[in-house]
Order: sequence, then structure tokens, then C-alpha cells
Amino acid sequence: MREKEPTFHIETEHVEKNYPGRSVLKDINLSIKKGEFVAIVGKSGCGKSTLLRLLAGLEMPSKGQLTMDQRPLAELNSEARMMFQDGRLLPWKKVIDNVSLGLTKEGKDRAKKALQLVGLEDRMTDWPAKLSGGQKQRVALARALVHEPSLLLLDEPLGALDALTRLEMQALIEDLWQQKKFTAILVTHDVEEAVAIADRVIVIENGYISLNQSIDLPRPRQRTSTPFSMYLDQILDRIMGRTQQRKITLLRSYPNTTKV
Amino acid sequence: MKFSTKGVSEKLIPWLVPIMLLVGWQLFSVLGIIPSRILPAPTQVFQAAIDLSATGELMNHVSISLGRALIGFLIGGIIGFAFGLFNGIFRFAELFFDTSIQMLRNIPHLALIPLVILWFGIDETSKIFLVALGVMFPVYINTYHGIKSVDKGLIEMGKAYGLKGKALFFHVILPGAMSSILVGVRFSLGVMWLTLIVAETISAHSGIGYMAMNAREFMQMDVIVLAIVLYALFGKLSDVIAKLFERKLLRWNGT
Repeated sequence: MREKEPTFHIETEHVEKNYPGRSVLKDINLSIKKGEFVAIVGKSGCGKSTLLRLLAGLEMPSKGQLTMDQRPLAELNSEARMMFQDGRLLPWKKVIDNVSLGLTKEGKDRAKKALQLVGLEDRMTDWPAKLSGGQKQRVALARALVHEPSLLLLDEPLGALDALTRLEMQALIEDLWQQKKFTAILVTHDVEEAVAIADRVIVIENGYISLNQSIDLPRPRQRTSTPFSMYLDQILDRIMGRTQQRKITLLRSYPNTTKV
Repeated sequence: MKFSTKGVSEKLIPWLVPIMLLVGWQLFSVLGIIPSRILPAPTQVFQAAIDLSATGELMNHVSISLGRALIGFLIGGIIGFAFGLFNGIFRFAELFFDTSIQMLRNIPHLALIPLVILWFGIDETSKIFLVALGVMFPVYINTYHGIKSVDKGLIEMGKAYGLKGKALFFHVILPGAMSSILVGVRFSLGVMWLTLIVAETISAHSGIGYMAMNAREFMQMDVIVLAIVLYALFGKLSDVIAKLFERKLLRWNGT
């Protein structure tokens, strides 16, 4: 066993996940610091959502161990809250009751505050059916944050939104992450999104981590800057299995921007 | 202003056809085109209702029929609902009971009338038994199906947000199954009236069905038609009540 650094919030050691007839995750080793924003990207079916579900404690690994604050995770992760791609608001509960789901009576005030954070306090008494896609996801975000989780798991939460709403939501998530200082893990298929808001981008390929890339760019990030597109290219190359030639030339021209 | 006239007319339009039928029926009766041996005029039926009310006979029959319907519905509904819940939630219960229930469901419950009369005679028990039996299956099927088809993603979300057991059931599973359950209730209300009418017509010594059969012996056409009208009204009434429940419980689903 390797030495554990106490600053790590979450660690996975040789984590594997098999379903009958197929193996989804093979030997995942990951250490995530408290307050870090990590994005996991990869082709669909690569196992990135499965990893997130393991971290949420919704499923248990077939082999290996997940630890949170050095404690092995053996059941539902009570410090983590998950945001799903389809929002998963309960259609029969008003917005405020969706946000205060699982809270006690005095949770209403906290739910109101959480709705203020996402700018939807005026839609409190609406049915979810009346909200737009982006608004639903903001409610889902409020519902996750109301529990003040130390770990926020985001399972492609913006995948179904239009491009402009997506930009808005990315800014909101980044902003709330900076305010609340939780650890965030974002699963996405949008590499640009990953590079724009994550401290570190992890690529999963065939069940293994094939790239673990810190993004050393100041925030808020300029998506049009050259270092930004360089990171983007590098990660895309890795995912798409493109030749390394172009990447190398780029690395030569901007040697200070990567620390692989 | 325009909106409100539209609202009023939308409320009135569905009643135009029944009113026109009623007026036509009255007209043809008065003109003698429909002989009163075949069909009494609406006014005669109305008169029969007033006469029978005066003696208290009508109230007596109506309250007996309503009582049977309600008790049978409650017994059958509760049993069907309970089985639907258990079989929908617990895999073991489903394995244990579902096949048997599906087999029983396919027997037309009215075919049991001869058996039921031999078992229970022609007292209250036989009618309540038949109504309960008829009501049970639609409630069962729709409850079971409703619970089975609750969005798995929502259940997973509930679990991820710390809901389990009772809380998960009341916040996620039951509301998720509610629209299907209410379909079952509405359908079973129809079965309830149908069963009661048949049971009361074949064997009874009280109730609306008995009133009609008894009137037949004396060729009282007006009373027979009155009984049929009463069934229609009660059928409509139970549908309205079911719709009210739907509107209340499924507000989130509405416009």
C-alpha cells in the first residue's frame, strides 16, 4: 500500500467494477484533494458514470476500495450528493418541496436559500413541469447543494441543455463551487466544458485512466486562448486516438503550460 | 368577457344532446308515436319517482343499493390495492401471488352467481361478495402496474438523497403510481355498478334492481325506466367523484 496523504478527500485503490458478462472499470486509481474540481471525460460506455455511481455509494466496486477522508466507503455516501443528467425532479412535488426532499421541517428555510443561490426563489411554488430544461437543472443543483455536501457528483448534468444555457450553468456551477468549497466531480462528454471548469481532467478509456491532466489556467478561463485550445486538443487527441504529432508541435511552442 | 362565455358554453354543450333526447322523447310520447306500453313519457317516470319517494320506498331501495355498492367497493378495493402494493414492491409476494391472481381474474365474476347464491343465499353477503370480487381485479392490476412502472431513475434519486422505507414509498413510489391507481379506481367503479345491477336483478328482495324486477311483474313501465335512469345517474356521479380525486391528486400533471 502506498502512503496516504491526509489531504486527499477521496481515493480509489485498484477499483474494478464488473457486471455479468462485461467488465466496466479495471484498476482505477485516483486521488482527489479536498475542494478540487475534477472532470471525467471519455466516450460513452467507457465507465465514467459507473465510477460516479461508485463514489455516490449507489453501487459497490467488485474489487478494490474507495475511501473518503480515509474511511472506506461501504454504503450510500452520505456526504455526497448527485446531480443527474435528466434532473430527476419529482413531478408531483412543487419546486420548494423538491429542494427540501429528505430534509426535516426546518429544511424549508434552507431550501429557500438554496433556491436563491441558483436564482429561482420566485419559482418556489411552481410545479417542475412548468420550468424550462435549464431551470429544472438549477433546481436539481439547489436540491443537491441544500444538503451542503462535501462532495458534489455531477453526472452529465448539462448534456441535455442548449449551448447558451449550458454556458450559463457552467458559470453558475463554477461560481458556487468557489463559494462553497466542496469537492466536485463532473462527468461530461463535452471536453471544452471539462477544460473550462475543472482543475484536472481525467480521461477514462476501456475501463482504465488513460490521461490525468491538470489544467493550469487562471479563472475565469478564456476559451479562445491558445493554451486553452492546446489543452483541449491534447485531451481530444487522447480520446479520439489521434496521432501525437500535432500535440508535440504544440507542446514545443508552449512548453510552460503543461505539466504532464 | 369572451373567455367567460366560452367557459359557460363549454359547460353547457355536453348537456345539449341529453336535453334534446329528453325533449324529443316527451314530444313523441305526448303525440302517441311512442306508446306508453313500450316507453313511458319522461314526465310519467318523474311522477313515479315522486310517488315512490312519498312512500319512502325509493329512498329505501336507493340507500340499500348505494350501501352495497360502497361496502363491496371498499372491501374489493382495499384487497386489490393491498395485493397490488405488495406484489409491486416485494418480489417474493409477486412470485407467490401474481400468477394465481391473474388466473382468477380471467374468470367472469358474474359466472359465479349460481355458486354465490348457493353459498350465501340472496342476502346482502352475496351482492357485496360479487361487487368486491369484481372491483378487486381492476384495482389490483392498475396498482401493481403503477408501482412496477414508477421511473427507476426517480427511485434511485430518492435513495441517493437518503430516502428509504416509508419515506421512499410515500414521497416517490406511491405518488408515482397514483395516476395508474386512479385509472383502476375509475374502471372499477363501472364494474361496481354493473355487478350490482346484475346481482340485484337476478336475485334480491331489495335495492334498485329488485325494484325494477318487481315492477316488471306488475307491468309498471315507469318504475322500470326510473330504475334505469337511477343507475345512469349514479354511474355518472361516481365518475364525477373519481374525476375530482384525479384532479386533486394529479394536480402536478395538469395544465
